[in-house]
Amino acid sequence: MQPLANIFHLTIKEWRSLGRDRIMLALILFAFSVNIYISSASIPETLHMAPIAIVDEDRSPLSIRMTGALYPPWFLPPASIEQRQIDPLMDAGDFTFVLDIPPGLQRELLSGNQPTIQLNVDATKLTQAFLGAGYIQAILSEETRAFVQGDRRSTSPVALEIRNRFNPALNQGWFGAVIELIDNITMLSIILTGAALIREREHGTIEHLLVMPLRPVEIMVAKVVAMGLVVLLASSASLVLVVKGWMQVPVEGSTLLFVLVAALHLFATTSMGIFLATVARSMPQLGMLIILVLIPLQLLSGGATPFENMPAFIQGIMQLAPTTHFISLAQAILFRGAGLAIVWPPLLGLMVIGGVFFALSLRRFRRSIAGMA
Amino acid sequence: MNGRKDAPPAPVIRLDGVTLHYRKHPALREISLEVPSGCMVGLIGPDGVGKSSLLSLIAGARSIQQGTVQVLGGDMADASHRRHTGPRIAYMPQGLGKNLYATLSVQENLDFFARLFGHGRQERGQRVNELLAATGLLEFRDRPAGKLSGGMKQKLGLCCALIHDPDLLVLDEPTTGVDPLSRSQFWALVERVRSRRPGMSVVIATAYMEEAERFDWLVAMDEGRVLATGTAEALRQRTGADTLEAAFIRLLPEEKRRKHHPVTIPPRTDGQDGQPDIAIEAEGLTMRFGDFVAVQDVNLRVERGEIFGFLGSNGCGKTTTMKMLTGLLPASEGNARLFGHPVDATDLDTRRRVGYMSQSFSLYSELTVRQNLELHARLFHLPPDSIPARVAEMLERFGLGGVEDELPSALPLGVRQRLSLAVAVIHRPELLILDEPTSGVDPIARDQFWQLLIDLSREDRVTIFISTHFMNEAERCDRVSLMHAGQVLASDTPTALRETRGAETLNDAFVAWLEEAAGKADESVAPPVARGNENGRTPGRFSLLRLCSYTRRESLELQRDPIRATLALLGSVILLVIMGYGISMDVEDIRFAVLDRDQTSTSRQYLLNLSGSNYFLERTPITDYGELDRRMRSGELELALEIPPGFARDLQHGRPVAIGAWVDGAMPSRAETVAGYLQALHGGWLQEQLRFQSTPVTQPLSINVETRYRYNPEVASLVAIVPTVIPLLLMMIPAMLTALSVVREKELGSIINFYVTPVTQLEFLLGKQIPYIVLAMANFLLLTALAVFAFGVPFKGSYLAYVTAALLYVMAATGLGLLVSSFMRSQTAAIFGTTIITLIPAVTFSGMTTPVSALEGIPRIIGEIYPTSHFLTISSGTFSKAPGFADLSGSFWPLALSVPVILGLSLMALKKQER
Repeated sequence: MQPLANIFHLTIKEWRSLGRDRIMLALILFAFSVNIYISSASIPETLHMAPIAIVDEDRSPLSIRMTGALYPPWFLPPASIEQRQIDPLMDAGDFTFVLDIPPGLQRELLSGNQPTIQLNVDATKLTQAFLGAGYIQAILSEETRAFVQGDRRSTSPVALEIRNRFNPALNQGWFGAVIELIDNITMLSIILTGAALIREREHGTIEHLLVMPLRPVEIMVAKVVAMGLVVLLASSASLVLVVKGWMQVPVEGSTLLFVLVAALHLFATTSMGIFLATVARSMPQLGMLIILVLIPLQLLSGGATPFENMPAFIQGIMQLAPTTHFISLAQAILFRGAGLAIVWPPLLGLMVIGGVFFALSLRRFRRSIAGMA
Repeated sequence: MNGRKDAPPAPVIRLDGVTLHYRKHPALREISLEVPSGCMVGLIGPDGVGKSSLLSLIAGARSIQQGTVQVLGGDMADASHRRHTGPRIAYMPQGLGKNLYATLSVQENLDFFARLFGHGRQERGQRVNELLAATGLLEFRDRPAGKLSGGMKQKLGLCCALIHDPDLLVLDEPTTGVDPLSRSQFWALVERVRSRRPGMSVVIATAYMEEAERFDWLVAMDEGRVLATGTAEALRQRTGADTLEAAFIRLLPEEKRRKHHPVTIPPRTDGQDGQPDIAIEAEGLTMRFGDFVAVQDVNLRVERGEIFGFLGSNGCGKTTTMKMLTGLLPASEGNARLFGHPVDATDLDTRRRVGYMSQSFSLYSELTVRQNLELHARLFHLPPDSIPARVAEMLERFGLGGVEDELPSALPLGVRQRLSLAVAVIHRPELLILDEPTSGVDPIARDQFWQLLIDLSREDRVTIFISTHFMNEAERCDRVSLMHAGQVLASDTPTALRETRGAETLNDAFVAWLEEAAGKADESVAPPVARGNENGRTPGRFSLLRLCSYTRRESLELQRDPIRATLALLGSVILLVIMGYGISMDVEDIRFAVLDRDQTSTSRQYLLNLSGSNYFLERTPITDYGELDRRMRSGELELALEIPPGFARDLQHGRPVAIGAWVDGAMPSRAETVAGYLQALHGGWLQEQLRFQSTPVTQPLSINVETRYRYNPEVASLVAIVPTVIPLLLMMIPAMLTALSVVREKELGSIINFYVTPVTQLEFLLGKQIPYIVLAMANFLLLTALAVFAFGVPFKGSYLAYVTAALLYVMAATGLGLLVSSFMRSQTAAIFGTTIITLIPAVTFSGMTTPVSALEGIPRIIGEIYPTSHFLTISSGTFSKAPGFADLSGSFWPLALSVPVILGLSLMALKKQER
């Protein structure tokens, strides 16, 4: 009973401290509202307003028809350029795609030869390049067919009907908002707990805690609980008010289950915060460590690029990161409406990671706490 | 005003109607004062009466709110006068070594200040040597300032202040917290300097009345007002008091004076007869930090109810000993017992019997007085229903009524100390361990504090173990120990100690022991040579020397904390490797399963077309819609195909058939890719079918699109990703390195050097930025070399263009860190702020995943102006293409422009004076 009471009092203390830091509160509010909205509301689809140029050496009805078929929002209105401009303009990175339509295209086509159109793709723009090249090929073929057959419906013998589940229009903002929310949860929980510990150390208050009848585990649990609950509250409010309310993202699954997963995730990240604060000797060192940890957590957990695309050894390493599991769970719960019966295995995994992180941090915290006074 | 007759005619400082507020709290009220020049002027009064505020206004460190401050014949509100007189004023702020840089050596600290004041190499060397010789610091010239004792720190601080031959020396409580020997050496040094520079005026704030006796002219202050001015003699005569301390108390308003009672110490009644009851027992207590012995073989026995004093200078091992007794530090050797139990850090029961008050005020400044008391009462497990009564009792007994809902930071030091004591005794401990509890507290508050201690000892039989450097406090202890350099020199009653040395006062006795221990340190060293006043020089608006001074200092600090630079270099290399391989657009292993309602060779052939490709990975077939739904929801399948019944038959008869495909749209970009690949394979299969069935004659008319993937023919992710990861890392890491550089000086206090020296904002910011630019460029070269040689990413463009762009870029990145740092007040907020303004724009809005041209709204605007987008274009351009400067000018200009813009914003955020 006594340890629980201690943790409770220490937690209240953490909240009171945080409540005094107005700038920090303002930053938290900003991170969970405006920031989420800005960074995801207008994230376009992968192929959106791609810059394209056309060298039209044919100037036939067919080539004009082709030019007219490349239009927004997938492509910017095509720029008309000369052949000699292709290299310098592509070198400067002005265009991702340049179509070179040869003279006599229409004539060759109608005389039964298979004329060739050259499509130059800037392959350093990976995301646009591949998908865009596919789109352009499909569009050109369709326009050629329509030109030859006179705009009749396709008579392809086997149709492929693709339906996107869970997000029929493939709206990037839905996914983006949830990922941004998760990134904020991770970032804030690590910074808050880590800085709270370094702060106690820099201000000498840790000494007071150490001469009181408190165990290290109580001090650490109080920080984990206090900061975890703050972030949990802010993120739940953000999910309901900003993501569902303001941005109108249709969330199919259970908000409650998501909050439960977020709580488990926070258990792991707040423990990480404590761990980093025991490694760092000062605030500047903590800042460096946090950046070095946050970058891979944000970019390699499946939020920025698909997790499946990564090489196996990176996937293996990132399986140890709580964010990886959190992101896949969030997708399953919020978009696919998966229930506890379906998601319990990764949930259990997240729990184990949290437990291990907590145990490791506690061990380090116990060892280093004497040196902090 | 009194005492004017003693003062030389021309005033060096003239104050008129000066008023200062901190938020709502008034610090100075309507002060009008003329301070005579060429003499030692003392500012006396309790803490929190505005002495420090007044001195910081005089030194130009704080901006004036109301009234006029004239110093050395000009108005301090005028920036150009401040720039001209800055070099003639030297200011040493309150706090041990507050203006020093802890990781820099003695010599480096002095060099830094000498450069700030524009001394050339030869002159600098000469001055530094003279000052070091004069202060006896010569043999410690390579020791880091943080490792000096309190007395040595203050001497070094004085040297730093004197390096430029000031006409006005402003010292704010220079000897508080310094042992008596160092204190007398300090004053001797000031005297010698004055004898060589007779024109110099010195203004000193002090809490020691004995010191103030020696000053030429005094200003007594209380509650932001001047009570009286004049010589010590005049003040004593006016009040009819014997000592200055008594005179000061009589100058106070009636109601305050009533609070003061002389301290009386009733004799101890217990422990005198029969068996003494031992509270603390230590045998051979030793503490080593590495090869440094902080405490050596300390033996102690303290009886219950005794007040045991621990005397010694800062850094002599008092605090370490106390920490060992409380169990905060495990002893290297020896053992300590409290109430007969060995000290054990894990023994929670002993902790309930001990109260501890640490040296610096370290209660929670974010909690109110009452909240602090309640928190400690609860954590010490007082019965909940007894807590309100106990808190009320403490508020009453320690005179905290009326301020219970205030934050500690709003209270004067004396009140805060009482609060600390109240917190330390709230759980009725049997033993109190107090580490310099009265440091920097004014005489009245000190006496009140001691009365409380004596009551605790005599009435409640609380054992008190207290460390102090005030001799009159030591006199009040039952027994004292003198500690020096980790060893106890002597231990007895104050009277016995005096008699042993045959000294008149405890102070003299103590000094005698210290001198013996220090082996008669030679104090007859030559005073600094007087030199012609070179203050005719007016500091220019921009000085490369001052800028370099900050650059040198910042790089030294960076060198002394190699962990940060190592983290930056090593961390960025590891991240480049992980992310170069990790962020990949190569698609493989799309997990799919099929609901095949046809089960013919044709349908199986269609599926073979998919499962045979590298991109798709087939899972066990689906049997019904329920299963399809469940497996897609769990995320096991990204793609589900349904082949309708009669697929093969319909196909053969040329009837239209449709294959259904469900794609998991939870991650849209992945869904697009899946759909794209599926369509491509489907199209390929169709062509096969057509070719198989049709004759060349019926071959439909078609075109051929030849796709050329330029710059990266294999469409290898690594080649495309590495040049985009480098800009990301070079934004975040340098920004975080600089993000704490200014705000940390604000938190730790050394920002004061920026306020009071002639260094300008531009010199300060650029000077600090340069070392980080150098580090970031080294980081850049390391990452580029890694990309080219280890990853084999071909570099086709102009190295010159790339390096130039990188230089501009890291200037912008470090500048952003400095901007956050100039703006924020706490380090936590600076870390969070830097993460927000670098991570999100650099990852999301700068074209790493989505090209800037595809963005809309606010993200588009951010993407267009953010430096990362432009450097990313240049980086991926020069790596994979071969453009020159001209082709990249569209990216170079915004990048080049961002550097002065960011610097300009930082200049606006950074104030040359404290507000």
